[in-house]
Amino acid sequence: QFLGGLGFVMVEKGTSLLKMMEISVAEAEKRTGKNAVNMQETYTVYLIETRPVDAASEGTNPVPDSLWRRYSEFELLRNYLLVTYPFSVVPPLPEKRAEFVWHKLSADNMDPDFVERRRVGLENFLLRVASHPDLSSDKIFYSFLTEENGWKETVFETGFQAKADSRLKALNATFRVKNPDKRFAEMKHYGDELQSVISQLLRVRARAADRLYGVYKVHGNYGRVFSEWSAIEKEMGDGLQSAGHHMDAYAASVDDILEEEEHYADQLKEYLFYADALRAVCRKHELTQYELEMAAQDLTSKKQQREELATGTIRTFSLKGMTSKLFGQETPEQREAKVKMLETQIEEGEELVKERNTECEEFVKSAWVDIERFKEQKDHDLREALISYAIMQISMCKKGIQVWNNAKECFSKM
Amino acid sequence: MSGFVVDSTVSSGNSSVAIPTDISGQILDLDEDDDLEVFSKDTTVTDGSSFNASMQTSPASMINQYKFEEDAEDTKDIFVTVDNPESHVTAIETYITYRVVTKTTRSEFDSSEFEVRRRYQDFLWLKGRLEEAHPTLIVHPLPEKFVVKGMVERFNEDFIETRRRALHRFLNKIAEHPIFSSSEDFKIFLTAAPGELTSYKKQGPGFLSRMGETVKAVAAAVRGVRNRPQEFTEMQEYVEAFSQKISSLDKVTQRIVREQKEYLEELKECGPTYALWSQSEEELAEPLKDVAGCVDRCCKETEEQVKNLNDNLIPVLHEYALCTDTLKMRDDLDKAEDRLEWANNALKSDWTRWQKDMRTDLRSAFVDTAERNVNYYEKCLAVWESFLHSQRTDAEGNGNVDFS
Repeated sequence: QFLGGLGFVMVEKGTSLLKMMEISVAEAEKRTGKNAVNMQETYTVYLIETRPVDAASEGTNPVPDSLWRRYSEFELLRNYLLVTYPFSVVPPLPEKRAEFVWHKLSADNMDPDFVERRRVGLENFLLRVASHPDLSSDKIFYSFLTEENGWKETVFETGFQAKADSRLKALNATFRVKNPDKRFAEMKHYGDELQSVISQLLRVRARAADRLYGVYKVHGNYGRVFSEWSAIEKEMGDGLQSAGHHMDAYAASVDDILEEEEHYADQLKEYLFYADALRAVCRKHELTQYELEMAAQDLTSKKQQREELATGTIRTFSLKGMTSKLFGQETPEQREAKVKMLETQIEEGEELVKERNTECEEFVKSAWVDIERFKEQKDHDLREALISYAIMQISMCKKGIQVWNNAKECFSKM
Repeated sequence: MSGFVVDSTVSSGNSSVAIPTDISGQILDLDEDDDLEVFSKDTTVTDGSSFNASMQTSPASMINQYKFEEDAEDTKDIFVTVDNPESHVTAIETYITYRVVTKTTRSEFDSSEFEVRRRYQDFLWLKGRLEEAHPTLIVHPLPEKFVVKGMVERFNEDFIETRRRALHRFLNKIAEHPIFSSSEDFKIFLTAAPGELTSYKKQGPGFLSRMGETVKAVAAAVRGVRNRPQEFTEMQEYVEAFSQKISSLDKVTQRIVREQKEYLEELKECGPTYALWSQSEEELAEPLKDVAGCVDRCCKETEEQVKNLNDNLIPVLHEYALCTDTLKMRDDLDKAEDRLEWANNALKSDWTRWQKDMRTDLRSAFVDTAERNVNYYEKCLAVWESFLHSQRTDAEGNGNVDFS
């Protein structure tokens, strides 16, 4: 069963796209070319391979379809999805720049280890999208996987950018919702906490990894000194020499150990970024709610104005009212026209409120479904991650036991 | 040769060497091979006199002693322990004394059990005396007078315990040494009441220093550069190389301890972070709390491991590093070549003995360290395996995914 790079990921095979095709990010390559400002740049491209599911199960194993994409195209895809499915917790991309690095890891985007981990992360992203109930059937997503040329233009043609810009502006603005939905407020708070605690964990873990590296590597010095010492000893020589080899092995073993731990860190990072996606949904809900409240408020004020005109009383201060008071009453015709305009506006306003209300309700419904789905996925994946962490620790301990038992035998022959 | 005794009946376990009261004659006799031969054949002249000086003088007797040493079984007839540190406060100072318990079947001792209290100064005194009396022999080092870097309180528990162990090792090395253990100073150290020891210490150099002069002359002879036998040179070369290696090992081990401590500092923050996270979760709360617990337990084991290194391996390495300082100092160059032969034999035996001891000590220290490391990993392994087990039984209970 094809589950993709990270293995532990709960990717439901049952959902639309993965029923039909296998997806993988098979390779990464360096390219050089001219960028938008006509300057030479080096970048990495990733090979996306797709293959119809049936072909594999028949055992014929044909050559997969493939195309190359760079990270910025993945970003474009994700932005499109964010705007188009605001109620979905959109799977995150692997980090743009290496963070939470400990000293041996490179923070360089061109570093082969970083590129490899990114390849895995990108594959994971595609699998997540392909297994998402709403996102997997998206046409732009499909053409991302299958149409190398002209995809960018197709995306822009959807006009999502305009929506993106306006949404972005709105989201960045500070606004207060009068009656916040308790559930979403709690979710947002949870997103904040999750982001904070995972960041802390990643930081602490990176520092511990750094230190552990030091501990193991210093043992390499034992290897060197034992070897030198064995040269001046007669009876002790052999025991020392072989003990030294084991110390070298011990020192070297830390590289694999920490490489595996990096995978664990990547799993945590995915959910660090997921926390952000979750918060984005809550924020968008707030916006929807706010817009509804604005529309309702506007409608109420228009209705009030109509009432004032009808009864001739000024209940609320309005400049128009004041000016008409100051500069004389309006003619009945003028007032008639005003009332008519207001009526239209009120009608439109009521439509708008209805619309916004429906929008809000639908948003809440869809968002809440996806949030529940996300919660289940998160609980499952993180539990698997913790288990894989335990397995790593066990493996590390077993190696330690072996090395030191061997060393002990050598020492006793000293 | 009056009052001169060599007891060769080692098997009885009561070997003792009596020392002549007037040795000036003996020294001059070294030139005469006859004497050497005579003494090498000498056997059972027992004279009930207890030893009255801490000097081993007659070269022949030294040869004999060593010959016997090589053939002898290891029959221990004296057991010394150092324990029970106690703090004493006077108007002038605060100091620690240690209880020294001796159990022995040796006839030179008036009783079979002794218990005294000694302070560090007293150990220093004993070491000094032994070195003075036997400049050619290797005296095991004492822990340093003052504490090195990183310590605030001179009298904190760890320091006292480490020192106690080192003092215990020191006395035991003396007790096991064929020559030192017969030293009068050693006997006084083990048995004298506090007042007695003080006055004994105050005894003028006099006779003893004269002894010291003559033996120093011998020692100087031993260290002659010219006509040095090949072996002696090899030994000094070895000492030089060995001292480098042992001091490297000392440094490496201390570095390991430092790195472990820093690792521990970081690891200590992991557990609480997992615990904090568990507070925001529902389904995940329990596994997160469990992981937090596992990490905390591993922290404790790591702490224990660091302590072990500090308490066991480092003091031993350190002592041997100090040893080599002593060994190198024996390399003072000087004159006369003639005394070389007998002196070299004595040296060589002591040297062989020391090497054997060193090998045993270092071997067991490293074996011990390796064992503790295995132990450490086994404990951590158990911690994580029990976590896995609990997760698996949970999962199977909930009918979740298969873990294979």
